[in-house]
Amino acid sequence: MNKVPNNKAWWLVLPVFLLVAFSAVMPMMTVVNYSVQDIFDQSSRYFVGADWYRQVLRDPALHDALLRQFIYSTCVLLIEIPLGIGIALTMPTKGRMASVCLIVMAIPLLIPWNVVGTIWQIFGRADIGLLGATLAKLGVSYNYAGDPFDAWLTVLVMDVWHWTSLVALLCYSGLRAIPDVYYQAARIDRASGWAVFRHIQLPKLKSVLLIAVMLRFMDSFMIYTEPFVLTGGGPGNATTFLSQTLTRMAVGQFDLGPAAAFSLVYFLIILLVSWLFYTAMTHGDKD
Amino acid sequence: MAEIRLRQLAHSYSRQPATAADYALHELEHVWEQGGAYALLGPSGCGKSTLLNIISGLLTPSHGQVLFDGKPVNDLTPQQRNIAQVFQFPVVYDTMTVFDNLAFPLRNQGLDESKVRTRVQEIAEVLDLAAVLKKKARNLSADEKQKVSMGRGLVRDDVSAILFDEPLTVIDPHLKWKLRRKLKQIHEQFNITMIYVTHDQLEASTFADKIAVMHGGRIVQFGTPRELFERPRHTFVGYFIGSPGMNLIEVRAEADGVVFGDIHLPLPDGLRERLAATAGGRLQVGIRPEFVQLWDGPFEGAYPAQVLDIEDLGTYRIVTLMLGGVSLKARLGEDRPLPVGQAWVSLPAQWLMLYVDDVLLEAGP
Amino acid sequence: MSMRKTLALLLYFFFLLVPIYWLLNMSFKSNSEILGGLTLWPQAFTFDNYRVIFSDASWYSGYINSLYYVCLNTVISLLVALPAAYAFSRYRFLGDRHLFFWLLTNRMAPPAVFLLPFFQLYSSIGLFDTHIAVALAHCLFNVPLAVWILEGFMSGVPKEIDETAYIDGYSFARFFVKIFIPLIGSGIGVTAFFCFMFSWVELLLARTLTSVNAKPIAAVMTRTVSASGIDWGVLAAAGVLTILPGMLVIWFVRNHVAKGFALGRV
Repeated sequence: MNKVPNNKAWWLVLPVFLLVAFSAVMPMMTVVNYSVQDIFDQSSRYFVGADWYRQVLRDPALHDALLRQFIYSTCVLLIEIPLGIGIALTMPTKGRMASVCLIVMAIPLLIPWNVVGTIWQIFGRADIGLLGATLAKLGVSYNYAGDPFDAWLTVLVMDVWHWTSLVALLCYSGLRAIPDVYYQAARIDRASGWAVFRHIQLPKLKSVLLIAVMLRFMDSFMIYTEPFVLTGGGPGNATTFLSQTLTRMAVGQFDLGPAAAFSLVYFLIILLVSWLFYTAMTHGDKD
Repeated sequence: MAEIRLRQLAHSYSRQPATAADYALHELEHVWEQGGAYALLGPSGCGKSTLLNIISGLLTPSHGQVLFDGKPVNDLTPQQRNIAQVFQFPVVYDTMTVFDNLAFPLRNQGLDESKVRTRVQEIAEVLDLAAVLKKKARNLSADEKQKVSMGRGLVRDDVSAILFDEPLTVIDPHLKWKLRRKLKQIHEQFNITMIYVTHDQLEASTFADKIAVMHGGRIVQFGTPRELFERPRHTFVGYFIGSPGMNLIEVRAEADGVVFGDIHLPLPDGLRERLAATAGGRLQVGIRPEFVQLWDGPFEGAYPAQVLDIEDLGTYRIVTLMLGGVSLKARLGEDRPLPVGQAWVSLPAQWLMLYVDDVLLEAGP
Repeated sequence: MSMRKTLALLLYFFFLLVPIYWLLNMSFKSNSEILGGLTLWPQAFTFDNYRVIFSDASWYSGYINSLYYVCLNTVISLLVALPAAYAFSRYRFLGDRHLFFWLLTNRMAPPAVFLLPFFQLYSSIGLFDTHIAVALAHCLFNVPLAVWILEGFMSGVPKEIDETAYIDGYSFARFFVKIFIPLIGSGIGVTAFFCFMFSWVELLLARTLTSVNAKPIAAVMTRTVSASGIDWGVLAAAGVLTILPGMLVIWFVRNHVAKGFALGRV
């Protein structure tokens, strides 16, 4: 689209800008403020400069949590994106079945995150959960509370269960926007199903996939409630991801300074990786 | 290459068509000869796109048959019929280069790479795309994209016919004529059956050897541009072709001809007999503005008429006259002197068409 | 639809629905039955758990509060995002790309970061424990998303439509409401759904900014965990009830998501 240069467009954008700035800038400044001070209580604060940052960046517990987080987000993206695209391709395009599909798929997305955690916490237990009991009957040893691998697996499956529909719904609406003529032309050109996917569907899905990838990356990187309710971060530290580590630090240990510094580092990591994704995926637009 | 025949073809989009109004295409019998350049001309909604999609196989007709070289192809897909179709909006594979776009149908056929290269090069030369072969398709202008779409149709050598569905719609007007010329050249070079759907009579007449004019789901006339102009078989053809369209005047029959207002028009014998034999119906005479003759003074067989308005359109003028209570348009070249106030009008019998219920009445053989 | 596709889809649905069925199952059982043994179907079907929720004001007010601020948030987000998305789609202006990306970055900060600052901010302007506070706070992540999604849909509408409308004498407001908005109907539906969804499920901020008057359902649910153990039945029933409003919303916007639009070719 050829955009017209017009600075008066700022008037249209102003409400959004003000609203978000109100919600974002002021709190952010508070955080920055805390991150460079040692706070004992409201009256005794000392400026410590970059001390907290140094401490936070050297903390081995944080390194571990960061590594775990990266592995987790990678797994999530590798499973959910292709699966979501696949599901969107199998969904019917119109009619009552399409509406039914949409509703069923939307259900996991609409459940408050603590309830999601609760559902799987129950589901996986051998005494009151269907999954746990079935696996026990089949003789498979499964204990998400005690075994780190099982815990990881359960948290991942829970995330896939919870969020794949988001990717699928986004891709589905993207697919619906492809005009029929493209499919007709492909039929005339004798293109195979795979060629149609590669040359027509996938390129047209690009903008939608960008939203999906970025949303899933950001949300999985910040994940807190679901794993917390399910495993509490355990066993041990096995499923303690970055958000939980931060909350422990801020709320549990009540170290506002390091927590604030860590918050900013956390935010910057997400910013950096998101920016990388964004640039990589929109790069192809220029020739 | 194929001869395409439509036998008792009709189409309705509704499951149980009840009345004539449910049909998009009424019963058609038609032959498109092999190697011809044809146009399907008509206003929006007349059924031309429906007909095109039935010929190409993108739509299965609800009644009747489509035959390629005598064989019914109703159940065959477009690829099985070897049809290439160019759509209104350029359809290109954005992520591929122009070369890959053109090569796509050939590679899908399994042709080996050297043959693909030669063929693509050949077509790219014909379409003036050789310079942009390496560019990504999405960066092309609209007319280049449309050329790529056409190219994909031309690149296959087993193509039985190429169908065009208003392909110049998105092209800038000053580039349209270039592409039209190109299409004509291609037709002369490759001699493939081409059917071109359009609502623009100029496009149709410059491209096609023969034009099928469609109206309300029927082909009302099939002929060369000249035939359509000089002998329109249907009032719609008279009205649609020509700029401005044909003058149509409601008349009543009388002893030796027809009459409107106070003007009596004699009819030749053969026509008079045919008219007497018809069982009534709506009578109209038509004459094209180009054939209305104007005289400065009284002339044998000319009627006095009042000049209402004159429009100067550069190379020609349109004179609006009042004759016998009816408004008529005449078209004059720029070198003709302009009448003032009153003029003398004659309507030469050879160009005067008589229509009964919109259909041309012709004298017997 | 081919056999294989149907099968794959059905498998996925099975995967999605089984845990929900299990929750539903539990919600109709008494606690003793739940802890007593595993049954695929309630032996002693009971509505007791739901009765607890519907009869206790502190329970159902949680739902009403949540619904209220979520609807507020969806309306506010849409209202401010529509003109902004239009601006991003049609115009180039000073700092536009940076502004767009800055909007997205607001979704990148872990909510935990904002807990304390938000608490202080909203308390200081006297909006603590109000629905509007939560609605506004949720705008932090919903508005950028709304702008992002809407801009995508708007870019699919050719500018020629705008120009034709102006030539026909439409004022900007009339054009926007009568012509443009119907064209992006699917986009608005999708956006409304996502705004509703992310606001409905967000728990940390909602809990922090409220205490009694605007307490969301997610906070109320923690009541089921007490010293005497977990009230599984009521917990399950409460969980089931949190799913229903969302299902209603998706039902209403299903056509907009299912429909593609005919524009946006070439």
